Amino acid sequence: MATTYEAIATVTVGSGGAASIDFQNIASTYTDISINLSARVDAANGVAQIYFNNSTASDKLWRRLYGDGSSAVSDSSNGTSSYVRPIGINRSDQTASTFGNMSIYIPNYASSSTYKSVSVDGVNENNATFAEAAFAAGLWQSNSAITRVTIIPSSGNFVQYSTATLYGIKNS
Amino acid sequence: MPTTYEPIATTTLGSAQSSVTFSAISGSYTDLVIVINGALSSGLASLSVEYNGDTTVGNYSYTRLQGNGTSATSARATSDKGIGFVAQDACMTIININNYSNSTTYKTTLTRTNSNYSSDGRTASYVALWQNTAAITSIKLSASVNFNSGFTFTIYGIKAA
Repeated sequence: MATTYEAIATVTVGSGGAASIDFQNIASTYTDISINLSARVDAANGVAQIYFNNSTASDKLWRRLYGDGSSAVSDSSNGTSSYVRPIGINRSDQTASTFGNMSIYIPNYASSSTYKSVSVDGVNENNATFAEAAFAAGLWQSNSAITRVTIIPSSGNFVQYSTATLYGIKNS
Repeated sequence: MPTTYEPIATTTLGSAQSSVTFSAISGSYTDLVIVINGALSSGLASLSVEYNGDTTVGNYSYTRLQGNGTSATSARATSDKGIGFVAQDACMTIININNYSNSTTYKTTLTRTNSNYSSDGRTASYVALWQNTAAITSIKLSASVNFNSGFTFTIYGIKAA
């Protein structure tokens, strides 16, 4: 039986921080891809934004559902956006050394005939307020095969020890 | 390193149809994962499940947490085979069925289901229950409308060790 869940690449942010986490030249040999990310940003208002193929076109949509310890909230891009915006990285105003986790799943990423759907589960526990647990649904309204996924904070940089691994999943 | 995440079967629809069934599922795994991706011709429809050909709706129930971009809601239903939804856009659903092959406990599933369908987009988590202790050997997935051509359904098996 073939190995169907393979690590393609891992990025670990070094001491200088990083403006993005970028997976380029993703081969089309898998059925689905998944990214597991553990990250923190050095800005108080930084949130993760996911870009595909370096596209900044406003052809992405997202909807989120999250709980912050006191209430459950749902919001959306309320129209098209240039990125998918999930929840799941810790910020500089949260407890030191806390890192958020995100699990990103993109089925049929290499298709050249369908729009691309994205599912993200994310958390940023904090032992204080501003902790969140979230789901996000993303959509890239493009038939292009995804060959690059870039995660960029809306503000600030990823701090040292932030890490992400890209996995490829085959259905046969 | 043993292979612990294996594809069992995959189906890509060549034409529209109302259901897909994975049958003769081996009991040799610990957990199952099903990934569904595709787009309906229009609208949004409920996704339902049926195990081992059990059509007794009273054996099925679910609880749901859902956000539509404006509000967060929770609902539950008894006598309902619901497990998620499918929609007009490139919707996707991932279903986890843990400990599916034991013959002593009822079976619980966890589903993440997403759509950004413009007029009725949602992101949701369903926990669903099948009140039956039988090992799961077949899974029928159906929608209240036809799945379109191009829909993909893949079932994976996960081994504990």
